[in-house]
Formats: sequence, C-alpha cells, structure tokens
Amino acid sequence: MIYLKLFAEFFKVSCFTFGGAYGAIPLIRDMVLRNGWIDEARLSDMIAISESTPGPIMVNLATYIGHHQGGFWGSLLATAAVVLPAYPVIILVTVILKNLIGNRYVQAVLRGLKPCVVGIVLAMGVYMAVRGCLDAAGGPDPGSLGITAALLAVMLGYRAAAKKELSPILLICISGLLGILVYGV
Amino acid sequence: MLSELFWTFARVGLFTFGGGYAMISMIENICVERKKWITHDEMMQMTVIAESTPGPLAINCATYVGYQKGGIPGSVAATVGLVLPSFAVIYLIASVLDHYLEIPLIVSAFRGIRIGVGLLILSVGVKMLRKMQKKPLPRIIAGCAFGVMTAANFLSLRLSTIAVMLAAGLVSLAVYVCKGAPEQKGGSRK
Repeated sequence: MIYLKLFAEFFKVSCFTFGGAYGAIPLIRDMVLRNGWIDEARLSDMIAISESTPGPIMVNLATYIGHHQGGFWGSLLATAAVVLPAYPVIILVTVILKNLIGNRYVQAVLRGLKPCVVGIVLAMGVYMAVRGCLDAAGGPDPGSLGITAALLAVMLGYRAAAKKELSPILLICISGLLGILVYGV
Repeated sequence: MLSELFWTFARVGLFTFGGGYAMISMIENICVERKKWITHDEMMQMTVIAESTPGPLAINCATYVGYQKGGIPGSVAATVGLVLPSFAVIYLIASVLDHYLEIPLIVSAFRGIRIGVGLLILSVGVKMLRKMQKKPLPRIIAGCAFGVMTAANFLSLRLSTIAVMLAAGLVSLAVYVCKGAPEQKGGSRK
C-alpha cells in the first residue's frame, strides 16, 4: 500500500538525517530511484523549487513526493514521517538521557557519521555536476558545458569579490536564465 | 502560549528559504533575543543536540523550544507551525507543476537549473569538507565514503547510503574501542 510505503520510507530517511537537509538528499535520491517514484531530473527540479520556497527542504521534498504518489493523504503522511522522529528523540535526549549526547561511545559513532555524510554529499555533487554536462546519450553537451563553465565563473567570481557564497536562490535564478538563453524559448 | 508558539514558528517557516541553517539564525533572533524564551547558551547547546540527533535540524529545534515552553502540546504546536507553511506552498505547486513543466520556456529554464543544482550540492559538499575536523580518521572516512559513493553513482550500482553511514559509524566506534578509550569515565556533557 502506497501510504504505508511512503510513511515507512520517509521515516527511515528522517532517522538517518543528521544536521541539515543536504545530508538527506542522497538518502532521498536512493529512495525515489529504488521505488521508481520520480526520476533524477525531476528530483533536481524539486531541490531547486525547495530551495526557492519557504520551509525546511526535507519537508518540501516529502510534501511533493507524497503528493506525486498518493495525493493529499500521501503528502500528509510523508511530511508527518519526516517530522515524527524528532519527538521521541528530542524528549529522550533533553529530558531523560541528558548525558547521552556526551557519552563517549555515542560521540565515537557520531565522529564517524559526520565525515561520512561529507563524503556522500561531495560524491553526489560531483556526480550531478558531471551528469549536468552530458546529453541524454551520455556524450558531452556543448550548451550544458557552457552553462556549467559560466555558473562556476559566477560562483567563484562572486566569492572572490564579495567574500561570501552566492545565495542558492540567486544561483538558481541565474542558471534558469542561462538555460533559457542556451536552449531557447 | 500554545498559539504563540504556533504563530512564532509558522513565521519562521514562512520566511526562511533554503532550510536548516537559515532557520537557526531566525529562531535565535526571535526566541533568544526578542522573546527571551531560551538563553543563548541553551540555543547553542540545542544546535549541537539537533545536529547529533536524527531528524531535520530545524524541526528538532522547534520541537526542543516548544517542549521547553509548553511540554508535549507545546512541541506539537511549534513543529506543526514550522511545517505548515511549506506544506501548503509545496502542495499548491505540486498540483500545478506537471502542467507548467510542459511550457517550452520553463523546460529550458529547468534544464539550466538542473545544472545549477548539481553545482549547488557540490559547493555545499566543499563547504562541509572545509568545516570538517582536520584529523586522519575523519579524512579517511570521508575519502572512503566519497570513493564508494562516486563509484556506485557512476556505475549505477544500487548501494544503500544508509548502509555506508552505518559502516562509518561502526568503524569509528571500533577504532575508538581498540585504542583503549580510557581518559574519563561516564558521559561528559558537551
């Protein structure tokens, strides 16, 4: 049953999300591809939309994928599954087991998990950036290569000039404009 | 109190773009500086807890503040408030998105945006790498995770990301135990 499946899958992803949403994106990608819910291109679209709309990215993705697979109840259940692990965990950690986070064995596990997430996010970034330069057949696509080069120049140039990172929303707007320029109307 | 928690976090949910870390600064601004619900130290401690516990960062923070101010009903009010605006916005977008994605102009824009998203995730990864502890073990774990996941991505292998994370946690624990792990007894608070 799709509702149960949506709930169980998002619950699992939420249980393995430590810190920000970007660590969760590879897990969500795993999940949607394994279940054949949405393809990689649509996931990218949704990440862009989630960045450009209010709210936590994971909630946005859960709402969208839930809606896509199971209408209103699907989106509600997927969102609830993302939120739910927080309750028992936060209450347990802040009230009952105040020293759990400081426990040296828990710390040892966390010290392994965090760099692992860094490696996973980097791997996904490299894969998506390389894939972005290829056409459907897997060969290099001149237009996409041009967009990639232009965006990299803008990102690095902005960081050098403004001493801070280009905001994700601005990056998405610029890449959308470049897409229209290169691929036409 | 419950409705105040709800509306406060609904405002945070409605006016922050781009997820967790952007929300932390807004939660800090409202809950610490303006409403004085929690102290700055509590906020710092909470961020550490939220980062080390399952669940998205912002949701953990809302649950924590809500629980501190109003028990379980408070945490429900805060979390529902935080989630509701984005749920409503995405629900509306989801209902019309497929229709809009057939317009040629939007198709071209999203072809460009997909490239932008790839670079965005890459830049987030680089930023995380810079912030990482510069010690051998984290570097080896990050390197191995990167290598294994890159191979799996490009060869289209089905490899569970969760399994890779569990392996990393276990390796780190094993290294800690094997080193003898003496120093202090019991848990120390961070």
